[in-house]
Amino acid sequence: MTDIRTLEQTASQVRRDILRMVHGAKSGHPGGSLGCADFLTALYFNVLNHDPKFNMNGKNEDVFFLSNGHISPLFYSVLARSGYFPVEELKTFRKLHSRLQGHPATAEHLPGVRIASGSLGQGVSVAAGTALAKKLEGDKNLVYVLMGDGELQEGQNWEAFMFAAHHKVDNLIVTVDFNGQQIDGSTMEVLGLGGDIKDKLLAFGWEILHMDGHNMQNIIDTMAKAKNAAGNGKPIFIIMKTEMGYPIDFMVGSHKWHGIAPSDNDLENALAQLPTTLADY
Amino acid sequence: MKKFEVQNIKDTRSGFGAGLSELGKTNPNVVALCADLTGSLKMDAFQKEHPERFYQVGIAEANMIGLAAGLAIGGKIPFTGTFANFSTGRVYDQIRQSVAYSNKNVKICASHAGVTLGEDGATHQILEDIGLMKMLPNMTVINPCDYNQTKAATIAIADYENPVYLRFGRPAVPNFTSATDKFEIGKALMLNEGTDVTIFATGHLVWQAIEAGHILAEKGISVELINIHTIKPLDAQAILNSVRKTRAVVTAEEHQMNGGLGDSICQLLARELPTPLEMVAVNDSFGQSGTPDELMKEYGLDAAHIVAAVERVIKRK
Repeated sequence: MTDIRTLEQTASQVRRDILRMVHGAKSGHPGGSLGCADFLTALYFNVLNHDPKFNMNGKNEDVFFLSNGHISPLFYSVLARSGYFPVEELKTFRKLHSRLQGHPATAEHLPGVRIASGSLGQGVSVAAGTALAKKLEGDKNLVYVLMGDGELQEGQNWEAFMFAAHHKVDNLIVTVDFNGQQIDGSTMEVLGLGGDIKDKLLAFGWEILHMDGHNMQNIIDTMAKAKNAAGNGKPIFIIMKTEMGYPIDFMVGSHKWHGIAPSDNDLENALAQLPTTLADY
Repeated sequence: MKKFEVQNIKDTRSGFGAGLSELGKTNPNVVALCADLTGSLKMDAFQKEHPERFYQVGIAEANMIGLAAGLAIGGKIPFTGTFANFSTGRVYDQIRQSVAYSNKNVKICASHAGVTLGEDGATHQILEDIGLMKMLPNMTVINPCDYNQTKAATIAIADYENPVYLRFGRPAVPNFTSATDKFEIGKALMLNEGTDVTIFATGHLVWQAIEAGHILAEKGISVELINIHTIKPLDAQAILNSVRKTRAVVTAEEHQMNGGLGDSICQLLARELPTPLEMVAVNDSFGQSGTPDELMKEYGLDAAHIVAAVERVIKRK
C-alpha cells in the first residue's frame, strides 16, 4: 500500500507524462487524461491486486479495463510507471510502429492492455464478461472499469447495466468520470441524462458510491468501500466527480482540451504547475 | 456425377445445437450466450445441460459481443448465438474492435442466414454477412452445407484459437455428408472430380450444385464440384489446382455477389489464373417473404440456375 503523499507525487509525474506525450505526438487527449490521473494512479499503486509481469487472462488478479480509450496517455503512463513496460517507451506514443497506439490496442502486445478501446460504450460489456469468467473459475479477484460520462450516451452501456444487475455480476466495479464535458460542449448541452445518474443506476439495481476524483484520501476510502460492497449481489457504480484538465489553470473545466495538444508555450506553462517527482522519461 | 446418399432432411442450425451440446460435455471452457433466440438457435440442450455456462443476454446483441470478448479474455471459449443479421451488421463495430482487432477467441454463431429464412422477409434475410465478416482482419468465416458438417464445424472451431464467424440456416435440407468426417478448417472438399467446369459452392448451395451436377452429367458435361465451407482463409491451392484442369468456373452461394465466396474466388483468379467465371448469387437485391424453395428460385439460387450458369461459362471457354 502506497501512502497518500507518495500517490499524489506519482500522480503529478503521471500528469507531466501525459502533457509531454500529447505534446510530443502533437495530438491526443489531455483533458480527460489529466482529470482521471489521481484515480488511475491510486488504482494501480494502491487498490489493484495486479502483476506487472502481465498475463492476458488476468487469472488470480484484479483486472482493469479502460472503456474511454482516448485517455490512453494516462493509461500508458500509469502502466509504465507501475512496471509493465519501460518508461522510455512513452516517447513513442502515437508514432509509427509504436506499441502505444493512439487508442489502446492488443495487436502490438503492449503489456497491460487486454482489449482495444476507443470506439465508445464497449468496456462495461467486456468487463462484465471477464467478471463472469472469474465467477466460473471461482476467482475472488475483482474487475474494474473506467468510463467517461459522455460515453453514457452509447446505448450498449445500458444493455450492459441491465445485464450486470440481472445476472448479479457483483464482482464488477465501474467508475464513471463525471467531468460534464465532451467534444462538442458540456454533456448537459450535447445530450443530457434527463436526471441524476445515481437514480438511473439505482433503478437498474446497482450499488452506488460517490467519489471526489481529485482527493486522494477520498479515492482510497471510496475504493475500499467498493471492495467491501463486492460480492453482495449487486454490481457497483462509482460516480467520480472530476474536472477536465485538472489542475492546469488554463485547462481546468474546458471541453476545449478534450482532444488537442498543447503548444510549446502551453507545455512550459503547464509543466511549471506540476512538480517532477519520479524524473521525466 | 457421384451419388450422395441423403441420410435425412435436417436443418443446419440443429447441427450447431448438437455440436454445442457435445462440446458442453467434452470441453469445460466452452460457454454459450444467446440473445433471446435459444429455441431458434437450438441452444436449449446446452442451456439445460449446463445452465451455469449459459448466459441469456436478452435482446441486446451489442452487449453479448462485448461479454463474449470479456469471457474470452478470462480463458473461456464463448459461443454467441442469434440470427445472422443480428450477429453481424447490427454489431459490426463491437465485433471489429472487441473481437477482431483485439483478436479474441469468440465464436460468432449465426443462424437464419440468407433468403431461406423464408416468410419473415428481407429485414431478417441477411445476404451481406459473409462479406462483412471476411473483410475483418483476424476473422475466419465458415459456412457449412448440411447438418453433419455444421455439427462437425461447431466442434472443430472450439479447438481453433481464433475469432470465427460460423454461418448456418433455418430450413431442413438434405443431410448427405458423413457423420464421421472430421472438419478441417480452411480445407476445400472435393465432392466430385470432373473435367469441363468447376463449381465452387458453399452452404445450402452445395446440395443444389450436386443436383445441378446430375442434370449436367445427363447433358454430357463433366462437373468438378468443390465444397468451400471455409470462405476465409480460402483454400487457394485447391481452387487453382482445379481451375488449371477445368478452365471454367461457377461459384454458388446464398449471399450477395458483392462480398461473398464468388467475390473471393474472382479476386484469386484475377491475380493468379484469369478464367471465365459465372456467379450464382443474389444480384444486388434485398430478399422478400416466401417459402425457402420459392425464394431460392426467385433469386436464382437453385439447381436450374446453376445448370444455366455452367452452360454459359462453358461457351466462354
